[in-house]
Amino acid sequence: MIDYKGRSEHIKKLYERQNTLDESIAHQMMSSEKIAFATSQWRMMWRKFIRNRIAVIGGIVILLFYLTALLANFVAPYTLQQRMTAYSFLSPQRVHFFTEGRFQPFVYGLKGSRDPKTLMRVYVPDPEKKIPIRFFLQGEPYKLMGLFPASIHLFGVEEGIVSLLGTDAQGRDMFSRIIIGSQISLTIGLVGVALSLIIGAFLGVASGYFGGWVDNLIQRVIEIIRSFPPIPLWMALTAALPPHWPPLRVYFAITIILSLIGWTWLARQLRGKVLALREEDFVMAARLAGASDGWIIFRHLIPATFSHIIVISTLAMPAMILAESALSFLGLGLRPPLTSWGVLLKEAQNIQVLLLYPWLMIPGSFVAISILAFNFLGDGLRDAADPYTV
Amino acid sequence: MPGAGCEKPAPGEHKKRYDMIAYIVKRILGLIPTLIIISMITFIIIQLPPGDFVTTAQAEIAASGGGMDASAVEAMRIRYGLDRPMPVQYWRWVSGFPRGDFGYSLEWSAPVWDIIAGRLSWTLLLSGLALVFMWLVSIPIGIYSARHKYSLGDNVFSFLGFLGLSVPDFMLSLMWLVFATMMLGISASGLYSPRMVDAPWSLAKFLDLLNHLWPPIVIMGVVGTAELIRIMRGNLLDILNQQYVTTARSKGLLEKVVVQKYAVRMAINPLISVLGMQIPKMISSSIIVGYVLSIPTVGPIFLRALITQDMYLAGAILLLMTVMLLIGNLLADIALAWVDPRIRY
Repeated sequence: MIDYKGRSEHIKKLYERQNTLDESIAHQMMSSEKIAFATSQWRMMWRKFIRNRIAVIGGIVILLFYLTALLANFVAPYTLQQRMTAYSFLSPQRVHFFTEGRFQPFVYGLKGSRDPKTLMRVYVPDPEKKIPIRFFLQGEPYKLMGLFPASIHLFGVEEGIVSLLGTDAQGRDMFSRIIIGSQISLTIGLVGVALSLIIGAFLGVASGYFGGWVDNLIQRVIEIIRSFPPIPLWMALTAALPPHWPPLRVYFAITIILSLIGWTWLARQLRGKVLALREEDFVMAARLAGASDGWIIFRHLIPATFSHIIVISTLAMPAMILAESALSFLGLGLRPPLTSWGVLLKEAQNIQVLLLYPWLMIPGSFVAISILAFNFLGDGLRDAADPYTV
Repeated sequence: MPGAGCEKPAPGEHKKRYDMIAYIVKRILGLIPTLIIISMITFIIIQLPPGDFVTTAQAEIAASGGGMDASAVEAMRIRYGLDRPMPVQYWRWVSGFPRGDFGYSLEWSAPVWDIIAGRLSWTLLLSGLALVFMWLVSIPIGIYSARHKYSLGDNVFSFLGFLGLSVPDFMLSLMWLVFATMMLGISASGLYSPRMVDAPWSLAKFLDLLNHLWPPIVIMGVVGTAELIRIMRGNLLDILNQQYVTTARSKGLLEKVVVQKYAVRMAINPLISVLGMQIPKMISSSIIVGYVLSIPTVGPIFLRALITQDMYLAGAILLLMTVMLLIGNLLADIALAWVDPRIRY
């Protein structure tokens, strides 16, 4: 790289003078009605994004999911491990919303009996017995967001059971488990993408900006990592986690393993972007003004790729969520007591069990909905990130 | 065009063919250092779990009430060479590769290659057919969607594509299992129905096999189809707006000819370049789908080997899948260079 600093004093002064001149001219021009056209880029992106209805719906679904995950213990009527052994393998209950014409949701009480032929336990709704669903009800104590002790649940019943999505073999409420499990399923993607982003943005930008041997080295490393097929590599790495590790450490180990591949994709994308930006005038201007490499990277290049970073990290989320649920499903990822959607699905692997109790597959639809929403949102963001094309 | 026949090749033609061969040789030579590094990384990964196969075996024996004395444990270690230093173990492992010796499975007490050869071919077959399925489905749909932009059909296809992209492959496999058993009353797992497993080869058995093969192929293909449709549609839309297409139209060519002979041929090139991204997904998917539907891909055995720390078996599978991926990428690149003469080597 040419050392501009030595001979740049003079140029720098010229540049500053030009700058103040430019500014005053800009002010004179802006004072007219033209100011209306000077919409910032972020505003233009927002406008374009908001017009894309499917992307907005995707975004709202994701916000709802994360909000629910944040308040999961409050939204769920039961806790994760609460067993209602009298009601094992209960099918999803039907909720009736109106009692004698006014809004008062209720479920019917259940009479347990055994099927005379198969000896399977069956539950028959008892139309005589209406159990009202109460809101903001005292229930099992929990810690909201893991911090604040509380015992109020969004809804619940005073007797019997309310189980929107059925129960599992041990009589645990699937709805509660799915809602609480979403905390892990959704955050593992978030933490994984954040980690990939830190590594990927740093190495990708460095690779594109410096070029030469730095670029070469980073690209070779990426090539080697990407020559492994992802799922088998993840499987081999997660299988190496010692079984006696505490849950929290396993959780973070898995996010690290997931981002071990994830960063390469981000780095590739950002490198391409930086390669293009490097030749732009504003980078040359900064260099002429005597800015250091670090300054140019962190103050000019990374902010210039922000919209791009947001898009690719949104599009990277589905892969993370999918990978976590696939690994947990195979029994290599998270293990109970950690509960994610993948862990819940692992319990639904047995075809004999599934045939009898198909509602155990419901966690899978939550995986699908969240991925669908992320894809819609990411697509909309990608279109919006380039607001100058229509 | 290669094979253009009897005319005397143009001066550039010879050079191009030479360039192509040089390119292929260069790429193959370039694979060698990659393979060496990958074999090292694979070896390190399979060594990562604490303990080794003997400790796992010991734990299993202990769990079933038995016990192993220290000398037996030591003898077992020596027999499998687990007492040697790491570099020696690594060298003993890789030096067998050129002879087709991928080590010895400790759990199955058989050479690794004998165990996985058949399973690798199933993996290869399923992945290959899934790729073919993806192309056969997504190219026509992509063409239709581009020519009927924003029509009902276009929207329906793109919604279905998104749905396919979002439902995990293991979920689809589970749903198919349940659906087939409940609604159709057929056994959906394995390669054959139970009554056919031991039957001698016949047309009926072959049809039964086909009946068990198409669901995993479709399930594996569905994920990539959405992406391919979108790429095909986008490319074709771009190309249909280009001037040479307008020229073709203004010459009075039929729209069918314009699309099929001029536009589609160009729009397909990028699909070949994304092949490199599809192959790893196919391999990953074949493992999971194979596991859920009990198809003898390397998936189920890989999972088992990882859990029991049958390291040479797990390592060989990971390595061979990586090799499959590298060769697939190489073929995709060569195909792209062959199809699109503008590619520079």
